Amino acid sequence: MDKITKEQVKHVAHLARLSVSEEEADRFTEQLDKIIEFAEQLNEVDTDHISPTSHVLDIHNVLREDKTAPSLDREEALRNAPDQEDGQVKVPSVLE
Amino acid sequence: MSILEESFSSVHKKLENKEIKVSELVDASYNRINEVDDKVKAFLTLNEEQARAHAKTLDEAIAEDRINGMLFGLPGGIKDNIVTKNLRTTCASQLLDNFIPVYDATVVEGLQQASSINIGKLNMDEFAMGSSNENSSYKVTRNPWDIDRVPGGSSGGSAASVAAGEVMFSLGSDTGGSIREPAAYCGVVGMKPTYGRVSRFGLVAFASSLDQVGPLTRTVEDNARVLQEIAGHCEKDSTSADVELPDFSADLQKGVKGLKIAVPKEYIGEGVKPEIKDKVMDALKVLESQGATWEEVSLPHSKYAVAAYYLLSSSEASANLSRFDGVRFGVRHDSSQNLIEMYKETRSKGFGDEVKRRIMLGTFALSSGYYDAYYKKAQQVRHLIKNDFDDVLSKYDVIIGPTAPTVAFKVGEQIDDPLTMYANDILTIPVNLAGVPAISVPCGFSENMPVGLQIIASPFDEKTIYQVAHSYEQATEHHKAKAEL
Repeated sequence: MDKITKEQVKHVAHLARLSVSEEEADRFTEQLDKIIEFAEQLNEVDTDHISPTSHVLDIHNVLREDKTAPSLDREEALRNAPDQEDGQVKVPSVLE
Repeated sequence: MSILEESFSSVHKKLENKEIKVSELVDASYNRINEVDDKVKAFLTLNEEQARAHAKTLDEAIAEDRINGMLFGLPGGIKDNIVTKNLRTTCASQLLDNFIPVYDATVVEGLQQASSINIGKLNMDEFAMGSSNENSSYKVTRNPWDIDRVPGGSSGGSAASVAAGEVMFSLGSDTGGSIREPAAYCGVVGMKPTYGRVSRFGLVAFASSLDQVGPLTRTVEDNARVLQEIAGHCEKDSTSADVELPDFSADLQKGVKGLKIAVPKEYIGEGVKPEIKDKVMDALKVLESQGATWEEVSLPHSKYAVAAYYLLSSSEASANLSRFDGVRFGVRHDSSQNLIEMYKETRSKGFGDEVKRRIMLGTFALSSGYYDAYYKKAQQVRHLIKNDFDDVLSKYDVIIGPTAPTVAFKVGEQIDDPLTMYANDILTIPVNLAGVPAISVPCGFSENMPVGLQIIASPFDEKTIYQVAHSYEQATEHHKAKAEL
């Protein structure tokens, strides 16, 4: 059985803001199908009473005082922006 | 022997005695790069002008007998996913081809405070995704021991530059083995510190719960010295551990008498080449002769680590790499004049296939209807893998096994088969999932290629790893072998 279909690959690509050609969609479907099938070996493991681990350290929320301090100035922050106008980043129109 | 192949302490003495200048070290580094980097292809961007100016400043300090900094004047290279102010940082991706960071990573500040010299930025698999350097969008770094073979990855440039004698040390990053595997393939020493030991501020994030920066060097002693300068609590990284910073070199001379070593049967069984297993057994004999004892143990969930890792790391990557949208930085492609299409065009032209594959795998594993079956399941298995390590490390001082199941493979041999490529990291990935520290040190040769010995310890016990690794290294000659280019 297919673990992932070509239509699903195209949908996932859209969610991830990637465009894929038909040829790429075919190739990625085949490869992702194999990888997901490989990943399903995890189903052999009994995890009924196991809590999920997202972090290995005993991590606590880190808080600091909310004080103003110098940070990047506008020019520096915009230095790598591909397009800008009046000290702001510029993107193609969002609304038609 | 080139001055760059001498130990840190030997070079430091020569600088103090004014037998050499920092500018000569920097000359030696760039001369060697000019001589061999056409073949090795380790560097993406050189920092020559700045490095020479820095050397001049340090030479003036020597003239006034002001030698401050534990890495004073030593030429090093930095993996290209660690941001360096005003020096191009690409992550080996076309998407960041023009990216000039406006700040330094905390580890880069650490190296500067130690007065080392930044020679340049090192090649890698794009966004650190890969085990061979073949996923760099610029060029494939070659193994200095055999230029038809890969250097390993993703910190391939970091390992190859040290093995080729271009720099005295380098920084890499390790998410599933990306420091240790190339260190093993290139015959150098590579340390993946405990998760949280080294700041990730300024390390371009791949999988945030797994990524760690660490040093690659020719010897164990030098490695401990670099880690000393980059480790420690950092306010800018909320996962940085606020724990005591020990002197990593304190126990180097202590030997291994009475230490208990665990050897997981999963690390010397099926899938590991017999010649590699033999080298590990030889190393255990050396440590035994020095007074350590070893026993076989089991890390029963190791076989599931690769599957869990690819689900978890790809899921984290799919979120982390969403920032590369062509808005605030990077190379924008915008033929449509439409925002969504601009995102898609920028990302599709900017990312290579392996990065796209992992973003899609991660997006799929996190998507509605699949989250529990894939992402949550992998997190539960991660918990079991961590428990395996906790159990063994509560009874033993270190765990020892090979770093990689084979020696470096030929360029092109595995690139078309992602699953075969992923299997190269089968012995390193469990360590990242458990968050524990591990080193790879040279332990001999097979097919005339270096073999790496992996030494793993409890969280924040890098000191014991260095102790064992140094004791072994001093009894052997492997680290003195030199790649002929």
